[in-house]
Amino acid sequence: MKRRPAIAVAFAAALAAGTPASSALAAERLVTSVSTHRVLITSNFTGTSAVLFGAIEDDGTTVPRPAGYDVVVTVRGPTETVVARRKSRVLGIWVNTESRQFIDVPSYIAVLSNRPPQELGAPEFLRRNRIGLANHTLRQRIGGDFGDVVPQDPFRVAFLRVKMDQGLFHEEPTGLTFITPRLFRATVPIPGIAPTGTYEVETLLLSGGEVIAREATAIEVVKTGFEELFARAARDHGFLYGLATAFLALGTGILANFLFRRE
Amino acid sequence: MSIYLPIAELPVNLLLILGLGVAVGFISGMFGVGGGFLMTPLLILVGIPPAIAVASVPSHMAASSMSGAMTYWRKRLVDLGLGLVLLSGGLIGTATGVWVFSLLRYVGQLDLVVGLSYVILLGIVGGIMLMESVRAIIRARKGVPPIVRRPGTHAWFHGLPLKLRFRQSRIYVSAIPVTIIGFGIGFFGAIMGIGGGFLLIPALIYLMRVPTTVSVATSLFLTLCTMLLATVLHAMENHSVDIVLALVLMIGGVIGAQFGARAGQAIRAEQLRLLLAILVVGVAVRVAIDLVITPQELFTIVPGGRLQ
Repeated sequence: MKRRPAIAVAFAAALAAGTPASSALAAERLVTSVSTHRVLITSNFTGTSAVLFGAIEDDGTTVPRPAGYDVVVTVRGPTETVVARRKSRVLGIWVNTESRQFIDVPSYIAVLSNRPPQELGAPEFLRRNRIGLANHTLRQRIGGDFGDVVPQDPFRVAFLRVKMDQGLFHEEPTGLTFITPRLFRATVPIPGIAPTGTYEVETLLLSGGEVIAREATAIEVVKTGFEELFARAARDHGFLYGLATAFLALGTGILANFLFRRE
Repeated sequence: MSIYLPIAELPVNLLLILGLGVAVGFISGMFGVGGGFLMTPLLILVGIPPAIAVASVPSHMAASSMSGAMTYWRKRLVDLGLGLVLLSGGLIGTATGVWVFSLLRYVGQLDLVVGLSYVILLGIVGGIMLMESVRAIIRARKGVPPIVRRPGTHAWFHGLPLKLRFRQSRIYVSAIPVTIIGFGIGFFGAIMGIGGGFLLIPALIYLMRVPTTVSVATSLFLTLCTMLLATVLHAMENHSVDIVLALVLMIGGVIGAQFGARAGQAIRAEQLRLLLAILVVGVAVRVAIDLVITPQELFTIVPGGRLQ
C-alpha cells in the first residue's frame, strides 16, 4: 500500500477546518481518519500499514490547557484464545512442561503515542483506560481459576515478549507525531501474519492526566479472492478441500510424468 | 518475491519454497525415496508451523510418487497384490497416525514426539544403511562378489498363517507381517509428515526379500495411496493443509526429481546408498541437536481454545 501523506494531510486539514457544532460538555473534540478501513490480504500480501490522521477541534469555549495535549492511539485486533507453553529440560531434552491458557486476549495490539504511555497519567488511570501494552488485561486460566496476574508473572512477560517479537504487539512511544499543535499523525503497522478480523482503533486525547476526548473507528483485515476461498474451504469443507488437494497432487504427478517422459 | 499462504496465514519467499521443492525433489529422484524426511524439517526450519508442514508435505509426496509410480507401472514392476496388502495396513496406520497427531497437538507434545520419532527412526535406519553400504563398498573394492538373494532362507515370520503368494515379488509370505509393516509406515508417515519410502524399501528388500526394483515400485504405489489419504484426513481433522504451499512444493518437487533421477543413474548403487545413509543420519543428528540445545525462546504460543 502506498502512503499519500500530502492528500491525507489536506483531507485532515479540511476535516479540521469545517468545524461542526460540538457538545457543550466537551470543549475539545477529536476527529480522526484512517487511510484505509479495509486491508485486503492478497497473494502477495507481506504486511502493510495504515495511517491515522487526527485533528483536535475547538469550539471556541476551550479552557487553556497548560499541560498541553497528549494523544494515544490503540489498535486492538480480534480476540483469540491461545495456549502458552514453557519448555524445560527433562532427561537432557527440551520438553513442553507447563502451559497456561490466555482467554479472549487481543491477537494484535498497537499503542502509538506522542510520549511514553507511563508518563501520561497515574498508574490506576492508565490501567483503567488501557493505555500502554502493560496496562492491558490478559486473562489467564490457571487450573480452574480465571484472571489476570501480577505484571511480573513469567507467562505474562513471555506472552508479551513473544507477541512483540512476532510484530503482533507493538508499542511506539514516539509513533504519533504532531504535524501542527492540533493535527497529528500515527502509522499503524499491520504485519504479514496479522490475523483477519476487525481491528478496533481507539484514539484518546489526554491532558493533565485525564481523558478529555475519545474517538473510535475500525479497520477490517480480510482475505480476498483465492486466499479467502481457500481459507473458507479449509475451515468449512475439510473433506472437499482435502480431496481437491489430493487431485491437484495426482494431476501434477501425471502432468510431470507426461512432460518428462523419456522412453 | 513473496507469496501469502492462506492457511498458514503468513507470507513466505516463493523462490525459497520452490527451491526447497526442487532440492528435495532432486534428492528424492536420485535415491528413489519421497524425501518427506527432509522436506518437513526444512519447512519447519524456514518458519512454517510444524502442524502446517506435516499436513502439507504429504500432497507434495503424492505428486512425486504418482509421477514415479506411473513410470514403474508401465514397466509392470508394481506388485499390486503386495501393494494392496501393505495398503490395508497402511490405511489403518495413516488414520491412526492422523488421530494421534491431533491428540499430540492438543496436549502440546507434538513437536517432541515428531522430533524423537525422527531421531530414533532415522538414526536406526540411517545407521544400518551406513554400515551396510560401507561394507558393500569395501567388498566391491576387494573384488568380492555382492551377496545375492538367498531364496531358501526363512525368518521366524515365515511360519505365520494366512500365507499369500506374490508373483511379481517372487515371495510366499504371511499377510500378517506385511500388514504390520504397512501399518507402521502409514502411522509414522502421518505423524512425521514423511512417505516412509526409506523405511519401507529396506524392509521389503531385507526382511521380505523382494527384488529391489519391485520394492521401489511397490513402495511408490503405497506412498501414493497413504499420502493421498493423509492429505484428505489432515484436511478433515486438523484443517492445516495449505494448498498454496503444497502446489509450490509439488511443482518444484517434480522438476527436481527429473534431474535427480538422471544424476542417480550416473552413480553406483552402493555409493548411492552410502550418500542416502549419510543424509538420513545427518537429518537425525540435526533434529537431535535441536532437542538438546537450549532454545532461544522457551515459550511458545499456539492457538488453543480447547485445552482443559
